[in-house]
Amino acid sequence: MKLIYERAGESARMLEPLDVPALRPADGMARKTELKLPRVAESEMSRHYAKLGRAAFGVCDGFYPLGSCTMKYNPKVNEAMAALPGFTDAHPTQDAPGCAHALALAKEYLTEITGMDDMTFEPCAGAHGEFTSMLMVRAYHLSRGDHGRTKIIVPDSAHGTNPASAAMAGFEVVPVASTADGRVDVEALRALVGDDTAALMLTNPNTLGLFDENILEITRIVREAGGVNYYDGANLNAVMGVARPGDMGFDLVHLNLHKTFSTPHGGGGPGSGAVGCKAFLAPFLPGSGDERSIGRVQAFGGNFLVVVKALCYLLALGREGVPAAAEAAVLNANYLKKRLSEKYACAAPGVCMHEFVLDLTRLRQETGVSAMDIAKGAIDCGMHPPTMYFPLIVHEALMFEPTETETRETLDQAADAYLKLFDLAYTDPEALHNAPTTGSISRPDEVAAARSPRLRYEHTA
Amino acid sequence: MGGYLPGTERERRDMLAALGLSSADELFAALPEGVRLKGLSLPEGLSQQGVERRVRALAAENTVYPTILRGAGAERHFIPAIVNEVASREVFVTAYTPYQPEISQGVLQSIFEYQSMVCDLYDMDVANASVYDGASAAAEAASMCRERARVRVLASGAMNPRYAGTVRTYAAGRPVDEIPLADGRTDARALKNMLGADAACVLIQQPNYFGLIEDLSELTEIAHAAGAKLAVVYHPLAAALYRTPGECGCDIAVGEGQPLGLPLGFGGPYLGMMTAKKAMMRRLPGRIVGETTDRDGRRAFVLTLQAREQHIRREKASSSVCSNEALCALRAGAYLAAMGPEGLRDVAAQCYSKAHYLADRLAEAGLTRAHAGEFFHEFVTKCDQPEKLLAALSENGILGGLPVEGGVLWCVTEANTREELDRTAAIAKEVRA
Repeated sequence: MKLIYERAGESARMLEPLDVPALRPADGMARKTELKLPRVAESEMSRHYAKLGRAAFGVCDGFYPLGSCTMKYNPKVNEAMAALPGFTDAHPTQDAPGCAHALALAKEYLTEITGMDDMTFEPCAGAHGEFTSMLMVRAYHLSRGDHGRTKIIVPDSAHGTNPASAAMAGFEVVPVASTADGRVDVEALRALVGDDTAALMLTNPNTLGLFDENILEITRIVREAGGVNYYDGANLNAVMGVARPGDMGFDLVHLNLHKTFSTPHGGGGPGSGAVGCKAFLAPFLPGSGDERSIGRVQAFGGNFLVVVKALCYLLALGREGVPAAAEAAVLNANYLKKRLSEKYACAAPGVCMHEFVLDLTRLRQETGVSAMDIAKGAIDCGMHPPTMYFPLIVHEALMFEPTETETRETLDQAADAYLKLFDLAYTDPEALHNAPTTGSISRPDEVAAARSPRLRYEHTA
Repeated sequence: MGGYLPGTERERRDMLAALGLSSADELFAALPEGVRLKGLSLPEGLSQQGVERRVRALAAENTVYPTILRGAGAERHFIPAIVNEVASREVFVTAYTPYQPEISQGVLQSIFEYQSMVCDLYDMDVANASVYDGASAAAEAASMCRERARVRVLASGAMNPRYAGTVRTYAAGRPVDEIPLADGRTDARALKNMLGADAACVLIQQPNYFGLIEDLSELTEIAHAAGAKLAVVYHPLAAALYRTPGECGCDIAVGEGQPLGLPLGFGGPYLGMMTAKKAMMRRLPGRIVGETTDRDGRRAFVLTLQAREQHIRREKASSSVCSNEALCALRAGAYLAAMGPEGLRDVAAQCYSKAHYLADRLAEAGLTRAHAGEFFHEFVTKCDQPEKLLAALSENGILGGLPVEGGVLWCVTEANTREELDRTAAIAKEVRA
């Protein structure tokens, strides 16, 4: 595909002529390097982005069961409301009661759903919320004069952002083993905690899609050792309105409004990583006004327009809609899991929550077809692949999260397609090694990309 | 029931039956008794019409100012209609991070184009796919420079205090010192005395918080002489007019991309732009898109250099950033393409000329500048009673400058007309009289 630099034309005239005397910086201060931005006619630009759009895949294009990403339908009313001039034209330092009220309302809903006492919307994404939370843990312990709590316990099945966020906040990361079904090994945890435990980072349901039934004991062990229990909200969609992190013994949570609360992912962002906490941690929140606050983690109040979208969703769902969405998400996941179990092996048996993991180790041994091959085959069936090779504790993992906004018909079609791919692995493995054939490209050479990085357009002289 | 569930009640029952379950409650049997919620204490769900009524009423509580003369990290600029059109395409809005390159070339290419344009603008070698905003970009830039014994960050006292605060928060106890000022600019002599063997980087904002142009080349030389890196927070429009970060020898250039086609949005979502010299490429945080070929030899784009990132390196990653501001980067790319090099220079030149025009008119009205020397499109005037002036402006539909220590910080863009600037000066004169 042509790059925008390789298209041609004259830019449209955008600005009115200057209506004050023209001035410019003195020559000694002026830019010398030529500004080589693309020069392109607006008509060409329109076609360029239309073409890019055709070479992309959104929730609007088909089934998108990316595990841990909660790719649910993104209601259009959310977009329309976030585009209201009353919001888009508000300067972040102006007095804006409407924005303040919107934030207060979103906080009311989300603290109720999480069982927390207070919340900030400053963090701009999930990992930003994790980092903010870890800084709060640090500030909390230091405020009590406890300087020895240097370790964060993270399960080996956790998202990579967890250990990375803890390390950014200056902590040492201590992994705790998972049992075969991905649950926390309670005895291993008991042996790990101590005077040096700052916090436990945990997502529940876990990354295998199982609710950890020992959760109350787990959080009690950490609490009694003097640590903080932190809940990674990545998987909240399974239990929102059904169980609350606050009631499971968690003190601190981050939410991904762009997952659980239907704001779109935008090809990688913007998100919103709201952080909620119990009252004893509230003084440490960014913007708490308390001298013990960790300070700000970005310039203004966070991704406000994303919060508006989540608020629209919360208002639409309300008291019954929130748990109904969780229930439907769990039902859809179990239904798809059951259908796929006709041929595939699951990493954990039994009822799952909102997502589940297939283990393709045996398929690979018998056919040479990998989890990646099956995922690429799914592309040729018109679907977005599931999450591949995560969690790390399962070797040939495919992680499915269908979400609640899919019909039974879609789930059945997807299941039929995956069962056919399973058979194809035995009859024509080569076809799957060569998949996909319907994308705008075949498989790219990622090794070459990393070995000799070309990270920008090189202008010809 | 409010919500977006597509299945019928009957489908739901059939699916439960297929699972051998009689009620949805059984799906949650793994939950211990103590954590099952009896019900949320929330209002009932609303129809879409109900949602619209409620949220429109909230938006209507805000004043929409026809004239805005305030920046300090958030500015109102003209946004070409095609930029909104491109950034509203449903496929771009609803796509995930482009983990599957075969069906994500559109998103990957848009990021590659964005990286290229930001490199062109800053005159730097490499860019990442974005971080959260300008302030977090500044903080990440500081982190990029810390290694072994070099842990100390020296941040100019003329940085936006919100950025300096973010840098301090991110530092999590690692040392961040403030470089004193001389007449509103970073004091080069003081900096020289502060630099030691533990200095990781010098952090400068260009133009600085007061709108003033720093001698970036000199500050870079001083930093380099002490073995420290120079990271600059550079206004993207100023880069079209002034000596670039590349020309000044900076190691890292970051900035807030909001002026490039993003609405004010009460502070977000914005766009943290990050670029660096090639030598620091592998220290950049977050996603980076690279060009390669597919099996058939066609041009292809992929997420690359992932060995830096959290999903591979976990606690040893350069940062935990995962979701970024991709759609805002797409928007900024579309803005830069729509304006083109001449258009962007025109925006910058108009900002410059109109800001200087307002500064002259305000001086005539008795609000003289607080600092001497070169400024871009923001400047501070002395002002005895900022509240009174701002209230008078507000009554006339003008959001005046931001009160800061020593006066008021004004920002003028191409979106402002001469008539608005004259009216502002006239009101200022009246208030003083």
